[in-house]
Amino acid sequence: MIKSKDLLGIKELEVEEIYHILETAAGFKDVLKRDIKKVPALRGKTVANLFFEPSTRTRTSFELAAKRLSADVINISVPNSSVVKGETLKDTALTIQALGAEIVIIRHTSAGVPHFLSRESGLSVVNAGDGTNEHPTQALLDAFTIQSHKKKFKGLIVAIVGDIAHSRVARSNIYALIKLGATVRIICPPTLMPSQIEKLNIEVYDSLEKGIKGADVVMALRLQLERQNKGFLPSLDEYFNLYGLTTGKMRLAKSDAIVMHPGPMNRGVEIESKVADGPQSVILEQVTNGLAVRMAILYLLSGVKS
Amino acid sequence: MKTLIVNGFVIDPSQNLESKKDILIEGKKIQGIYPVGEAPSADRTIDASDCIVIPGLVDLHTHLREPGFEYKETIASGTMAAVKGGFTTVCCMPNTKPSNDSESVTEFIMDKARKEGACTVYPIGAVTRGQKGEELTELDAMSKSGCIAFSDDGMPVTNSLIMRRALEYSKIFNVPIIAHCEDPFLAEGGSVNEGFYSTTVGLKGIPKAAEEIMVARDIILCELTGGKLHIAHVSSGGSVRIIREAKARGIAVTAETCPHYFSLTDERLTTYDTNLKVNPPVRTQEDVDAIKEGLRDGTLDIIATDHAPHHSDDKNREFDTAAFGISGLETAFALSLKLVKDGLIDLNYLIKLMCLRPSLIAGISKGTLQPGADADLAIINTEKEYTVDSAKFLSKGKNSPFHSWQLTGKIEHTIAMGKLYNWD
Amino acid sequence: MSKLILDSSDVNRAIRRMAHEIIEKNKGSANICLVGIQKGGVILAKRLAAQIEIIEDTAIEVGTLDITFYRDDLNTKENQPVVNKTDIPCIISNKTLVLVDDVLFTGRSIRAAMDALIDYGRPAYIQLAVLIDRGHRELPIRADYAGKNIPTAFNDLIEVSISEEPDNDRVVIINGQ
Repeated sequence: MIKSKDLLGIKELEVEEIYHILETAAGFKDVLKRDIKKVPALRGKTVANLFFEPSTRTRTSFELAAKRLSADVINISVPNSSVVKGETLKDTALTIQALGAEIVIIRHTSAGVPHFLSRESGLSVVNAGDGTNEHPTQALLDAFTIQSHKKKFKGLIVAIVGDIAHSRVARSNIYALIKLGATVRIICPPTLMPSQIEKLNIEVYDSLEKGIKGADVVMALRLQLERQNKGFLPSLDEYFNLYGLTTGKMRLAKSDAIVMHPGPMNRGVEIESKVADGPQSVILEQVTNGLAVRMAILYLLSGVKS
Repeated sequence: MKTLIVNGFVIDPSQNLESKKDILIEGKKIQGIYPVGEAPSADRTIDASDCIVIPGLVDLHTHLREPGFEYKETIASGTMAAVKGGFTTVCCMPNTKPSNDSESVTEFIMDKARKEGACTVYPIGAVTRGQKGEELTELDAMSKSGCIAFSDDGMPVTNSLIMRRALEYSKIFNVPIIAHCEDPFLAEGGSVNEGFYSTTVGLKGIPKAAEEIMVARDIILCELTGGKLHIAHVSSGGSVRIIREAKARGIAVTAETCPHYFSLTDERLTTYDTNLKVNPPVRTQEDVDAIKEGLRDGTLDIIATDHAPHHSDDKNREFDTAAFGISGLETAFALSLKLVKDGLIDLNYLIKLMCLRPSLIAGISKGTLQPGADADLAIINTEKEYTVDSAKFLSKGKNSPFHSWQLTGKIEHTIAMGKLYNWD
Repeated sequence: MSKLILDSSDVNRAIRRMAHEIIEKNKGSANICLVGIQKGGVILAKRLAAQIEIIEDTAIEVGTLDITFYRDDLNTKENQPVVNKTDIPCIISNKTLVLVDDVLFTGRSIRAAMDALIDYGRPAYIQLAVLIDRGHRELPIRADYAGKNIPTAFNDLIEVSISEEPDNDRVVIINGQ
């Protein structure tokens, strides 16, 4: 049972709710295997995709998820610059509501915007990434993918490598995996380590070799290439040497470890092509699972009466 | 017009007064203080039983927003908020539009305050032209027009050489330089305290080091120049420690903190309430404790409000882009009184922190009930509880993180330059 | 107030009869797949298949179908119904599908089930087998095979408890208020 009309973050979810989403997603994964991949569950509902930050993958995934549930989809992409001067966020929310949408999927550069929208409107709000706060659907699809390979979470060692400081994916994954009982390790240069993150009961490493040792799951994060100019790293080459996922480094993980990446990848920066395309990689599966998980979330939220 | 305040418990640290007295006011001046029942008759009498009678509060750090940002606050609305909060003197910061960096702007403010102000207003001039941190303003002309201190508040003086020059040059006029201590490189893009909560809410943090480095730098420059340095809005325990150490070595630095820095912690940020967004940011319990200790042991000389009113459009939006600041005049006293209720300091000392010492730092003859002084008083029931309703603020800025808080200590009457305000 | 309307032997007899009827109507069991509707029809489908297998001495394909996404009352529910497993074991195009449910009432579940099935392919026939037909149809749907017709009031509850073991079957009617 889902308690809130919104999916603001994993922080706000209880572990039972996470399992319920994963179970429901399994049902939708079956639907996606059929020739006719569409069900009428959200017929007559309108889902608004409100993206204040460029994104092709997440937006497309949500759009397809909504369409496969037979909902109507409005896509609104707002480049951030025009928002600063023009229509306020609140007006945008009220406009979407007036258009008759019931669910709004929001991505924004600023943390807390989904919470703001939820407060200011009666809409069901799905956080598709807010600043460096959370990206809950990514963490849920990652959990779904891990579960389908490892059948459990307790006792698993999940190593997350990369730009943790600027990563909402890392944060949501940490919250989810901790709740599900896995051991989480994060691996990154100290310049990209968020303040006091160890208080979340995770293990912190600045060495990939040490952090990856014995891991069941290795998750590489996308490195925003402009980090180099901001003084977080001296060069991408050096980053790859220290933190790039290579077949050699993967040998330190468990032999049946899976490799994940939220995409889009910078091949040769955070991950080597041989690993990305190799037998341990489940990166494309993550994309498919994303669709099932997002269908599950839209389906479940549409049933919560506010 | 003669006004007599009877039966009040008078507290005035400037004359070591702490007993039940009657106070007679004539026109804009205090005429005299009398044993209860022995004052001459007056045109009107205020019964101050159950109340304390204190010198009107003096705020060394107020943003009145005029000229330029009248939609946020005006001299008229800001001074009304002040008297409602028990303040009878406010010193307004220069980050207006245009900034108060010339005598003409100072004169405009002085003139407007005389005509529309509910209480006394002293402008604080900009240290550098346009607060750009590059060229010193004309301190002589601006002092003569009414500026009692100089500051680039809101914008740190990044260039150490300019800060050195300001501290040196200001010695001619014996005016304090009020330092907004923030290393802009360390603070860049931040909107909350850097720590566990900035990490879990995903907002960019401002490390304490951004403040502490500049506090240390300015103290070192103060020692070098012998200038008069006042550190604005101290928020971190580290700053308190640095100031304490400087004072122990005899450096003539003074410092202020604000009620939010001893009333709030960053733990509250999980709601993304933009009313909590203030610069410097509210920090951790550790810092709150250190600030309180700093107030108690005299490291921090005064409490100021950093009253920073904003329009709801500037606050009711994304946290990242929301404006910094708290509308603080109308809650400052009750929040500070909590320090007394909690046994940290006594009431007499609190009055010192909020009346006498700010006046001494600013070099103004306020914060006292001496006969002949300006008739600026606050009459306060220190036991009365009330619920803060920011919608009812007289300030145009309703941006208060203390909305719906239950506070004790109600301003019953304020007398500013002899004018009486009664509050329900 | 509740009343037993079918006991174990009644249920077994009904299942045997329905199995015969299915075989007779389809002239054997060659092209048949039984599909139990989650959750009440799943076990009944297995029992029917087992019976047909005994009679025909050949394996019968049995699937399960979850109709949640096809329900017409999703908008009115307090919370979204739990999604159960759908498992269609064969390519259904050109097959004869026998939908199996425990109770036929308004007919809305059957409508949803037919919509769901058609999204899996184009069966040659869809037939309907139910243990209890209690009347009160709201859609033009009828059962091809019914274990027992029981007149009920709209508010009555029919409780079917059958398991894979045939000894503890019972069908109870509970009078509605």
